[in-house]
Amino acid sequence: MSTLDAVGSAMGRRRRPQPTTGLLQRHASAAPTYAALVILVLLTVVSHLYFGNFITPRNISSLLLDNAYLLIIAVGMTFVIITGGIDLSVGSVLGFTGIFGARMLAADVPSALVVVVILAFGATLGLCIGVLIHYFDVQPFVASLAGLFLARGLAFVVSLDSIRVENESILWMQSRRFSLGDWYITPTGILALLLVAVAAYVARSTRFGRTVYAIGGNETSAHLMGLDVARTKVLVYVICGTCSALGGLVLMAYSGAGYPRNGIGTELDVIAAVVIGGTLLSGGTGYIVGSMIGVFVYGTIKSAISFKGADQSWTKISVGLLLLAFIVAQRVIVVRSQRRRS
Amino acid sequence: MKHVLGHRLTLPAGALLLLVVVNTAARPEFLKIALRDGRIYGALVDILRQSAPLMLVALGMTLVIATRGIDLSVGAVMSVSGAVALTVIDSSGSPGAVSTVLGAILAGMGVALVLGLWNGFLVAVLRIQPIVATLVLMLAGRGVALLITDGFITTVTSDPLEYVANGALVGLPFAFILAMVAVVVVALVERRTALGVLTEAVGINPEASRLAGVRSSGIILSAYAVCAMLSGLAGVVYSSNIMAADANATGEFIELYAILAVVLGRTSLRGGRFSIAGTVLGVLIIQTLQSTMLFVGVSSAQSPLVFAVVVAAVVLFQSPRAHDLARRMRHTRPAGATTTEVAA
Repeated sequence: MSTLDAVGSAMGRRRRPQPTTGLLQRHASAAPTYAALVILVLLTVVSHLYFGNFITPRNISSLLLDNAYLLIIAVGMTFVIITGGIDLSVGSVLGFTGIFGARMLAADVPSALVVVVILAFGATLGLCIGVLIHYFDVQPFVASLAGLFLARGLAFVVSLDSIRVENESILWMQSRRFSLGDWYITPTGILALLLVAVAAYVARSTRFGRTVYAIGGNETSAHLMGLDVARTKVLVYVICGTCSALGGLVLMAYSGAGYPRNGIGTELDVIAAVVIGGTLLSGGTGYIVGSMIGVFVYGTIKSAISFKGADQSWTKISVGLLLLAFIVAQRVIVVRSQRRRS
Repeated sequence: MKHVLGHRLTLPAGALLLLVVVNTAARPEFLKIALRDGRIYGALVDILRQSAPLMLVALGMTLVIATRGIDLSVGAVMSVSGAVALTVIDSSGSPGAVSTVLGAILAGMGVALVLGLWNGFLVAVLRIQPIVATLVLMLAGRGVALLITDGFITTVTSDPLEYVANGALVGLPFAFILAMVAVVVVALVERRTALGVLTEAVGINPEASRLAGVRSSGIILSAYAVCAMLSGLAGVVYSSNIMAADANATGEFIELYAILAVVLGRTSLRGGRFSIAGTVLGVLIIQTLQSTMLFVGVSSAQSPLVFAVVVAAVVLFQSPRAHDLARRMRHTRPAGATTTEVAA
């Protein structure tokens, strides 16, 4: 079998696309993101024509408010997926930080300390997952599965029921509305957009960001090029864990409570949004802004379906179908570009 | 002796044995088996009965993982199949007839087969990564199940259906026998024909096995189809246990437990060599752990915490790097050596 292995990998090597950095290629990799943008616009316009009152300042403002926590998590997940990894623990971290934060606030812990503790938890769990993946060569899927179980179990240890949040400063994050006419934005929305902007800059223009892409393209080459693969690979999981914790905080403010069942299945919604936004799950290609568009596509479908008054299970079905269309399209693009080069 | 210790299933078997011993020490009635009305009762029998759905799903998952794949949609497939089967029974004129129930089970498994072929098509023909390909169905499947049951929990009264999960055959739970029959049939087909070897070849190197003349896409496709059919059967067993089709609760988290069972049975997630006996042991370990936690008084909602520890322990144990560290620590043992090595 070893000779066959060699033959197989030699074949694979010959077929692998050559690294080229032309304008054309950059546009080819951004094509799925543009497609997502077109779909977002189409969805919004068609919904407006159908319902008559879909494109209103209120509705669009609430799109950001309702999906701020998803957007924050999607930012972290995008980094992880670009390195070719995956983090299944985000939904559970969201649930745990929400309930744990609510519990601490109920015990009169100062809100600043609560925020620090929550973010530290997310970062630490991410660190553990990253160390398992990089140093112990555990597959990302399995390592983050342990994180998923851990955080979900801890959430139910904290409380089996929901806990209300009465803290003024936490609730302020969602209740304070900076309005301009009918448009408004909440501190959570500003936080999410700010995070997207910073992350997009980091991914595009910093040493760390470029290393993330290099690892996703080919980890061995990145290592041979002298890039700090170990630190970067662990760091993306730390970022993702911190983002999930931040998402938990925002969701806690949004819903005014912590609930241990929050975020079950959120990891899948986030992964779907990231993929719809044009990030390849095989790593190496993707855009933070694309993930934002993906989250908005998800949010628009959800709000269109609630406008229609239809069952929310249609949201899952539509997102599933859209995801399917996108991965098939991505596959076609990848195969085409491979053919062109070989 | 060395042969026994070196066997790859020694560890999972030892873990299971340890769990049984600990349980017996904590509560002597754990091993007690009572015969009443031609039926065996006891904690062990309960574990076997409750393990049936996970056993069926994990069996299918083993085949999929052997081809270097993964199937995240098993829970959703269970949910769809349960919804189809119970809707068929609910809408039929004679819900108590054996023929109705058989037809319903076949309908559920048939729909599951279609879903499995769909997954297989995405992975084997379109060459989409298994995680993403099956994620589509995982997201959409539950929605479909909710539509089939109109968003309600369909409940039925049907004796033959109740028998599937709660009946007994020659004293043993019927559900367990059903799962065991599936295990034996799959094991015979895989190990008494070349299929098992070919599956491992595909998992070890898909490209090389294709060049060697193995029809890898057919093998991958059939693995997903079989996995979905077994999940469909598991969905019927689950629904028959609660006599209802609950689209949201059916098979929740089961994909994770099934993957854990496969990993506990020493089948690598990287594909290739697989062990069906190992998966059976893995399922029994999970089920015994759950029974233990229930006994200790850990709420079932909190049990993921224990499984997190199990997953971490298993992956660390299987990691070559951890072995290196342990060996080096045993040899040289300077204080604080571990931290520098981890950082290195």
